[in-house]
Amino acid sequence: METLKKVFVKSSILIPIVAIVLGLIVGAIAMLAGGYDPILAYSSLLDKLFSTPYNIGEAIRAITPLIFTGLAVSFAFRTGLFNIGVEGQFVMGMTGATIIGVLLDLPWYIHAPLAVITGAVFGGLWAGIAGYLKAKRGVNEVISSIMLNWIALFLSNFIVVKFLVEKGQQKSMPIHDSAMMKIDWLIKLMDNARMHWGTVVAVLCVIIFYIVLWRTKQGYELRAVGHNPDAALYAGMNVNVTMVKSMFISGVFAGLGGVFEILGVFGNQTVMAASPGYGFDGIAVALLGGNTPIGVLLGAMLFGGLSYGSAGMSFGAGVPPEVVRIVIGAVIFFVASHGLVKWFLKPFLNKRASKRKEAV
Amino acid sequence: MDRSLTAVQLKGITKRFPGLVANDSINFELKKGEIHALLGENGAGKSTLMNILFGLYQPDEGEIWINGEKTVIEGASKAIDLGIGMVHQHFKLVQPFTVAENIVLGNEPVKGIKIDYKLANEKVRAISERYGLKVDPQSRIKDITVGTQQRVEILKTLYRGAEIVIFDEPTAVLTVQEIEELIEIIRNLAAEGKSIIIITHKLKEVMALADSVTVIRRGKVIKTVTTKETNEQQLAELMVGRDVSFEVKKTKREPGEVILSVDALQMKGEQGKNALNGVGFNIRAGEILGIAGVDGNGQSELIYAITGMRKVDGGSVKLNGRDMTNHSPRQVSVAGVGHIPEDRHKHGLVLDFSVSENMILNTYFEPEFGRSMFIDYQAMDKLSDKLVNEFDVRSSGIHTPARALSGGNQQKAIIARELHKDPDLLIAVQPTRGLDIGAIEYVHKRLVQARNEGKAILLVSFELDELYALSDRITVMYEGRLMGEVDAEHRDDQQLGLMMAGNKVAADVSKGRG
Repeated sequence: METLKKVFVKSSILIPIVAIVLGLIVGAIAMLAGGYDPILAYSSLLDKLFSTPYNIGEAIRAITPLIFTGLAVSFAFRTGLFNIGVEGQFVMGMTGATIIGVLLDLPWYIHAPLAVITGAVFGGLWAGIAGYLKAKRGVNEVISSIMLNWIALFLSNFIVVKFLVEKGQQKSMPIHDSAMMKIDWLIKLMDNARMHWGTVVAVLCVIIFYIVLWRTKQGYELRAVGHNPDAALYAGMNVNVTMVKSMFISGVFAGLGGVFEILGVFGNQTVMAASPGYGFDGIAVALLGGNTPIGVLLGAMLFGGLSYGSAGMSFGAGVPPEVVRIVIGAVIFFVASHGLVKWFLKPFLNKRASKRKEAV
Repeated sequence: MDRSLTAVQLKGITKRFPGLVANDSINFELKKGEIHALLGENGAGKSTLMNILFGLYQPDEGEIWINGEKTVIEGASKAIDLGIGMVHQHFKLVQPFTVAENIVLGNEPVKGIKIDYKLANEKVRAISERYGLKVDPQSRIKDITVGTQQRVEILKTLYRGAEIVIFDEPTAVLTVQEIEELIEIIRNLAAEGKSIIIITHKLKEVMALADSVTVIRRGKVIKTVTTKETNEQQLAELMVGRDVSFEVKKTKREPGEVILSVDALQMKGEQGKNALNGVGFNIRAGEILGIAGVDGNGQSELIYAITGMRKVDGGSVKLNGRDMTNHSPRQVSVAGVGHIPEDRHKHGLVLDFSVSENMILNTYFEPEFGRSMFIDYQAMDKLSDKLVNEFDVRSSGIHTPARALSGGNQQKAIIARELHKDPDLLIAVQPTRGLDIGAIEYVHKRLVQARNEGKAILLVSFELDELYALSDRITVMYEGRLMGEVDAEHRDDQQLGLMMAGNKVAADVSKGRG
C-alpha cells in the first residue's frame, strides 16, 4: 500500500496530470474568449470518447497508429537520432502493404503476414536511407528524412496511380480479403467500430521496444551510441552501422503503423493530396511519453483520445476545429514543458515537503 | 611598499550549494604587495572562494573588505571597478583579434566614433614595458604561443587598472621555461605593488613563488603560513589531511619482449598540417614508456592511431608482432590493448549508464555476458561487484549512474575495467588529470603494479613529476614528431623543457635501445 501511494504521489505522475489540467484550463480560456461554453465542450469531448462501444472502438483505432509512430520517433531518439521522417516511412509502409494486398492472391495465413512484413520492411528501408546517408556522408538525418517524406508521398501516389488504381477512381483496387487484418467478432461487438489486429501488434511493439533496448546486446550498443557516440567508438562499437540499424528499426515501427491503416482500417490506398500526419503527431507523442515505451503508449492514448474526442466538441458545443486544435496544443505544450509545470508546482511541493518535515 | 596594509580581507565567508558547503566560514587576508597562494585539492573550495571575490557568486554569509572598506561585490564589473583582476585557467581571448584589440576590448580608446587603434597600441606597449611583459600588440592571438596568450590575459587585467590580480591554476598549460618566465612576471607585479593571489594545487610552485599560503580542505581554512616556515611535505599533509608519499616504489626490472612497435606513423591533422609526422618507437613487456610534451603536439592523434579510433595515412602499428595498422578499435581491444583515455567523460564512460553497465563497455559482446542476443545482467553485476570491491570504486551502488561518481572514482572504474581485460599493452593518457592526491597515489600504484606484472605501458602525461615517477624511459613529442629520449633516471627539466619547445637535443640515451 505504501509503495502504491508513493507511485501516485511521486512528482513523475503528478506533473503530467497537472500539465493536462493546465492545458485544459488554457483551452477553456481560449473557448471563453471565442464565446463558447468550455464545460459543455469538455463534457461533449468525454461523451464522444466513452459514450458508446462504437466511439470507444473508434478512439482505439485513432490511437493505434500513434503508438507506432510514437515508438518510431522514440526509438531513433534513444540512439541520438531525430527521425522526422516517420511520416514518409508510414506512407511507405502503407504502400508496401497495398502492393502485396492488391497484386497477390494467396491463402490468408501467408498473404496477411507477407503484406505486414513487406510494409514494415518498406518503412525500415526508407528510414535506412536517411541512416545510411548520415553514416556514410554525414548528411543530417533531419534534413534527409524530411525530404524523403515528400518523395515517399509522391512515390506512393505514383505507384497507386500507375499499377494499382481502381478504374475511374483516385484510389487503389481493394485489398484482397485474405490480406485484411480486421477482427470481425470485435467489430460486431463494438457496433461496427473498425477494430483490427494492429492494436495488438502495437502493444506487442511497446514490449519489443523495451526488450530490444534494455535486454539485448544490440540494445546496449544502441543506447551507448545514443548517450555518447565518442565513448561507443572508444569501446569498439561500430557507430555508423548502429545508426543505420537504429533508423531501420525505427522505420519498421513507422511502417507497421501505415500497414495497419491499410489492412485494418481502409482496405485500399487513396491518392493523397498530403501525407496523413501520423508521423508528425508521433513526434508529439514521443515527447509526451518522454521516449519511454510505456510513456509512448500513454501519450498516444492522450493525443489520440483528444483528437478523436475533439470531434465531439465541434458537434456538441459548436466549437470550431481551429479552437479544438488550440486546446490540444495547450495540453501538449504543458506536458512537454516539464520545467514550466515544476516551476508552477514548486510552492505547493515545497509546502508539502516542509509539512512532512514538521511531522517528522 | 607598506606590507602592513591589507588589500583583501574575507571574514567568515560561507557559501552553500545544494548538498554541500563549498566554503565554511573562511577567513582570508591578502596584504598589499604580497604573493599569496591558495592551496587545496580539486573541489576543496578554492575556485568558489575566488569567484566570490570576483563577484561571480554571492556569499551566503560573511563580509568582504577591500582596502580596508567593507563592500558588496555584485558582479564582475564591480570587482573590476574595485581593482580586482582575474587571469582564468582557460583564456578568454578572441582568436582572430590582435593582442591590443583583445586587451582594450570593452574599454576601447575612441576618436569620435572610431576606435583609436594607434592609441590602443601605444597604451598596451606602455603597460607591457612597465611590467616587463614582452608582447607585440599587433600580432594576432591565434599566431602566438600559449605562454604569450597568458601574458595578454595579465595585461588585460592591468589595463583595467587591477591592483589585486587572481591567477587560477596559471601553470597548467605552460612549458618549463614558460613557467619560469611567469614566476618572474608575477614577482615583478608584486614588486610594483600589486597584490597577487594564486590558486593552485602544485606544491613546488607555492614554495618557489609565494610569500604565504592558505591551505583549504573541504571548504575550510586549515592553516595560513608563510612559505619560510613550511615545506612541501608539510603543505601536502595539510592539504590532504594525512601522510602522503610522493615516492612511487618501483624496482628495477629487465624489460621483456617487444609488445608494441610503432613505425613512421603519419596522420593528417586539421588545416593541412600533419598531426603525426613519422612517429616510431617500441615498448617492451614490463616497461613504462612516458611521452612528454605540451598538449596538442600530436599525443592524442598518436593514441587514436594505435587504438584504431582514427585511420593513419602512413606507417605501421604492430602488437606482439602482428600488424594492427588501421584495424578497428574492437579488433585492437580484443588483440590485447587496454586504454585509459585522456577524457574520461568524452571517451571513457557513458555517464548516463550505471557503473555496472560501464564496466562491460568494451566486453559486453563476450560470451561471459550471454551467449545469445540477450545481455546477462546478472553476470554484469557480478563482475561489477567484484571490480568495485577490488579497485575501491566508491559510489552509492553499482546501479548509480557513472555521472554521480567523483572524478577519482570514475577514473578508478575505468582502470578497473581496462585492467580486468588483462591487456598486453595498457595505454594511459593523463591518467591522473583532475584527481586529488589520494587518487593519484592509487592510480600510480596500479600502473606500476601492472608494469611489474609484465604489461607494456604507454603513458602520456603533461605532468613532469608523474612522468619521472613512473616511466622507465621518457621521450618527448613536439609537432607530431619524437624529439628523442631523455634520461629517465636523472631528471633535467631544462633539457626536457627545451625539447618540449621544439629544440632537438642530442639524446644519447636513446641509442643502443630498441
